[in-house]
Amino acid sequence: MSLRIVVCVKYVPDATGDRRFADDLTLDRDEVDGLLSELDEYAVEQALRIADAADEAEVTVVTVGPEDAKDALRKALSMGAHRAVHVEDDDLHGTDVIGTSLVLAKAVEKTGYDLVVCGMASTDGAMGVLPALLAERLGVAQVTLLSEISVEGTLVKGRRDGDSASEELEASLPAVVSVTDQSGEARYPSFKGIMAAKKKPVESLDLADLEIDADEVGLAGSWTAVDSATERPARTAGTIVKDEGEGGKQLAGFLAEQKFI
Amino acid sequence: MAEVLVFVDHVDGAVRKPTLELLTLARRIGEPVALAVGAGAEATAPVLAEHGAVKVLTADAAEFADYLVVPKVDALQAAVEALSPAAVLLPSSAEAKEIAARLAVRIGSGIITDATDLEAGAEGPVATQAVFAAAFTTKSRVSKGTPVITVKPNSAPVEAAPAAGTVEALTVAFGEKSTATKVVARTPRESTGRPELTEAAIVVSGGRGVNGAENFAVIEALADSLGAAVGASRAAVDAGWYPHASQVGQTGKSVSPQLYIASGISGAIQHRAGMQTSKTIVAINKDAEAPIFDLVDYGIVGDLFEVVPQLTEEVKARKG
Repeated sequence: MSLRIVVCVKYVPDATGDRRFADDLTLDRDEVDGLLSELDEYAVEQALRIADAADEAEVTVVTVGPEDAKDALRKALSMGAHRAVHVEDDDLHGTDVIGTSLVLAKAVEKTGYDLVVCGMASTDGAMGVLPALLAERLGVAQVTLLSEISVEGTLVKGRRDGDSASEELEASLPAVVSVTDQSGEARYPSFKGIMAAKKKPVESLDLADLEIDADEVGLAGSWTAVDSATERPARTAGTIVKDEGEGGKQLAGFLAEQKFI
Repeated sequence: MAEVLVFVDHVDGAVRKPTLELLTLARRIGEPVALAVGAGAEATAPVLAEHGAVKVLTADAAEFADYLVVPKVDALQAAVEALSPAAVLLPSSAEAKEIAARLAVRIGSGIITDATDLEAGAEGPVATQAVFAAAFTTKSRVSKGTPVITVKPNSAPVEAAPAAGTVEALTVAFGEKSTATKVVARTPRESTGRPELTEAAIVVSGGRGVNGAENFAVIEALADSLGAAVGASRAAVDAGWYPHASQVGQTGKSVSPQLYIASGISGAIQHRAGMQTSKTIVAINKDAEAPIFDLVDYGIVGDLFEVVPQLTEEVKARKG
């Protein structure tokens, strides 16, 4: 039987660009270029490796986001994913992580899955909780923050390197996994891959297709509210000294002045 | 006064510092009640009481160590149902954030992660967060259900505030999903003898300019003279010079110490995202144009292999 792998990816503003807030305190997407979240490239990579190792497998990449989010799907398809699902609906504007997990859970269920692969966090919101939320909603095993992963028959195994310990984990499929940036360098799309991606199917779904009410998502349906966003004041210019042989001592003087020594 | 539930991060009964910081924040909102689970849970009570916990709920069962995350969610949910608290606070560790998220969706509540400050507000606790690589500061609140908030280390002082700390056993019924992911083996991370990176008051980090694993001894020597933790930039970690557990930046640890010393680190956005909220920033770099100098309170343009050892000697001399 074919292994059905679904990779959840996010289209994010380029972190090297000038990220700002719009008037409604959501992300201003007009002023900055977007791209496939770098940390999700690791998820696509591991999904493809697992698919390669399986007898038969299909990799579907899913995203929730505006029209431009297709770019993220296209990138994943050019890396080698087979098909894509784009959940797009104007009512999704301003949806928080709880709402996004609802939409993704429905989209993943509709797609059909044995294994859901996510990145460790997005590079914009950076909460790192979406995979756990998805596992909770889908009612399947959560095997997250893996730096190594393998699928053996109906078992998924992996190593989770935590703050205080390294853990070997094991669960039966179906499962939701997330992989870290230590899991293995993501491949670059080949020219052939980029050309092939143009012909791969991208299915569009809206909230009605997923039987989700508009008031469950969006800014109004969000269970959190941002009251203000303030640009951090530029740090006041510090003292910069060229080392003329006494730099270490001068620095020690500064640290002593500041009572660090 | 409303109770505020605090999830305790401990290792065999030894409470980690961020939990004590949570108690400080919890007291701003209400009366702290702590929940400690797993081996050594009861042993956490005296130190939690010392820092303001009026009650310490405890639960111990093999499930907490043998299965990933979900048994702890079951325990926290039982505590929420027993107390109906005004808020639930957890540390912003990778595991606690996952616990917080699953709890939030179960109890129908919003979640805020990685708060750097917390205050009482008319419509519930208001959380401060640093976003977009700390270029912006936001104030947010949970608008539905019982606020579930995770707080980054070093966001509040640890304060003595003696309270009763009455120990009560919590009854936890584990759901059928709690045993879905088995922890087959666990290898504790070897202690470096240095403070925990995210909790340290001083962090000394090395980057590309350190130019080799063996050269990190220079960084470690400075760290040890100051009683600091050692960090590394992604460039240094990717080169294999220092372990990933020490990586500071977007894909590593986010730190907010009193003093951050960056040596041989250019200050790419990836790195800044993880250290920009440090109180005092110092950098040593050969390149006068390095972006890290835009952030510093004090910077030395020079060779780190000259400056850092001299600094280390001077620190030792001054400390006597």
